[in-house]
Amino acid sequence: MDEQQAKTEDIIKKENLVFDKTKLLTDKAFHYCPGCGHGVVHRLLMEVIEELDIQEKTIGIAPVGCSVLAYHYMDIDMQEAAHGRAPALATGIKRTLPEKYVFTYQGDGDLAAIGTAETIHSCNRGENITIIFINNGIYGMTGGQMAPTTLENMKSSTTPYGRNVKQMGNPLKITELVAQLPGTCFVTRQAVHKPAYVRKTKKAIKKAFKYQKQEMGLSFIEIVSNCNSGWKMTPNDANKWLENNMLPFYPLGDLKTPEKK
Amino acid sequence: MAKVTGRIVVDTEQCKGCGVCIPVCPFDVIELAKEFNSKGFHYAYMKNPEACTGCMNCALVCPDAVIKVYRKKVRV
Amino acid sequence: MGELRLMKGNEAIAEAAIRSGADGYFGYPITPQSEVIEHLAAQKPEERTGMTLLQAESEIAAINMVYGAAGCGKKVMTSSSSPGISLKQEGITYIAGAELPCLILNVVRGGPGLGTIQPSQSDYFQSVKGGGHGDYHLIVLAPSSVQEMYDFVELGFDLAFKYRNPTMILSDGAIGQMMEKVEIGEQKPRLTEEQIKEKYPWATTGKTKDREKNVITSLELEPEKMEQFNRKLIEKYRKIEENEVRYEEIQCEDAEYLMVAYGTSARICQKSVQIARNEGLKVGLLRPITLFPFPRKRINELADQVKGMLSVEMSSGQMVEDVRLAVNGKVPVEYYGRMGGIVPSTEEALKDLKQKIIGGK
Repeated sequence: MDEQQAKTEDIIKKENLVFDKTKLLTDKAFHYCPGCGHGVVHRLLMEVIEELDIQEKTIGIAPVGCSVLAYHYMDIDMQEAAHGRAPALATGIKRTLPEKYVFTYQGDGDLAAIGTAETIHSCNRGENITIIFINNGIYGMTGGQMAPTTLENMKSSTTPYGRNVKQMGNPLKITELVAQLPGTCFVTRQAVHKPAYVRKTKKAIKKAFKYQKQEMGLSFIEIVSNCNSGWKMTPNDANKWLENNMLPFYPLGDLKTPEKK
Repeated sequence: MAKVTGRIVVDTEQCKGCGVCIPVCPFDVIELAKEFNSKGFHYAYMKNPEACTGCMNCALVCPDAVIKVYRKKVRV
Repeated sequence: MGELRLMKGNEAIAEAAIRSGADGYFGYPITPQSEVIEHLAAQKPEERTGMTLLQAESEIAAINMVYGAAGCGKKVMTSSSSPGISLKQEGITYIAGAELPCLILNVVRGGPGLGTIQPSQSDYFQSVKGGGHGDYHLIVLAPSSVQEMYDFVELGFDLAFKYRNPTMILSDGAIGQMMEKVEIGEQKPRLTEEQIKEKYPWATTGKTKDREKNVITSLELEPEKMEQFNRKLIEKYRKIEENEVRYEEIQCEDAEYLMVAYGTSARICQKSVQIARNEGLKVGLLRPITLFPFPRKRINELADQVKGMLSVEMSSGQMVEDVRLAVNGKVPVEYYGRMGGIVPSTEEALKDLKQKIIGGK
């Protein structure tokens, strides 16, 4: 055994373990494409639920889209909604089980196109739920078509020459929209492609669950994410593209907090 | 003088070789292996373990939660 | 005998919901059934029993709120009328696919499209054949009085939970709006969370250490497993057909001619039978109470006894197809109906029976 190997073995010991996969993620390997942000957000959600020790009190709603099978990975009770209807399911659950923590996990097509009415009205009623909104500017599941959040001039399989806003309408900043509504208490936009962003996103998710306990209204967390398959880039190029193109249009940070409305 | 040193353990069978862990490493510790796992992915490994500080950056951005991080204070 | 009250059909539904110990109602106003949510709102169900009441932003949202709460083992319902029920179909097929119990009231008005706000039975096909996409059935109850509106709430919930299947009460604008004497039942307690966990171990009530996680879904990507699930549903519907057929026979013992009608049409035909009997004609009425499961066995038996049948409906002839399937060619089966919100008269129904069935032989 050489010196380096001995040193490595000395470090890789249980007492030195500082990061491991949360037990609330199942052993099933994610079906997501390599580099996809969904896996990070799944992990953060489960880490928060584990740290707050609320597995027994949490019910999650999976959407239609790439994360339709989110319930395979999260070791909590979950329901699978029809496309866009997750906030309605969450409303039905939270209204009849007000002591539980209820969250929806939705993509941009689900939340900001087909489910716009459910999104706006659950936000406006101030349902005590948490909405996790993954915005990657594209319909990943169905093969890379235009989403409501697809940027101007951005290519997709239904805007192969780029999104012409005169013809296809403008990208929708639904997070800015729901921040205007009196029923939301916490509206924030985060990302997960850099370590610092990941830490902030986790903090935001934790806050949202705390506000839920305090019955402060709806917490809305947008996470600007990638879709390297849909964008037709390598994972690292997609993250760079995200930083340079998505973030200027969808700037990160809190839009609304209970302290500063 | 005390120095923090670290190691990562990659679940090479679950790693999809996306490589997002590589640019976030401040000490250029990780690269993708020339070998591939049973799914055909070139998995991540420590090409330069001595430089690892166990900062967890790689694990934080890993989309598949396949990286375990160990950290220890050592005397130099 | 319990307390008697004079109530509208829609109000009876609302009162029955509270008294049956329901946990929630999610709805959206539409004529002619808005009295359901109005009566509930006036009754303060939150104070009376802790029952949740919410006016949703759409019928789509309302049925999906029902999905969510039903997935937690809660006893919940929604109500609407035809155009609103069309909107709910997406949610209903998901509920059927996820095998969740719930109650859906349709106070039918005439269509297609916006149609009319007057009573109709033109949603028969939509109700008994599925309604949304995919292979599924609802349990469909057809009340013909305000008392039955009241009684079928509890029956509907019982069947829904027994089979983990959505139940529909298929009423119409006439029964929803009409006032009749109703015998009111006792207030039943709502189930506690512990009782729900015990009775419905499939419900998403929060994963505890002593069990696997519960998932409510209608998704299955493996063809073999999906087919297996389809077969499981078929088996369930077969059991329902075996055990839950309900109908009423009026003067069928010696009948030579049979009228088949449900809901408001059955009330009309009951009178037609009376008039026919006074004229010496041996006419009977079979009133299906469950439209799914349909009393096809009994109708087939009666086909050995009678010379012909007339299906009387406030539609362009929907149930008549199921009557014909049940009769399987043994005797002639004809249809008489009115549309557009017009309720047929006893005289015209009888006249049609004479023309098409009695005189025609």
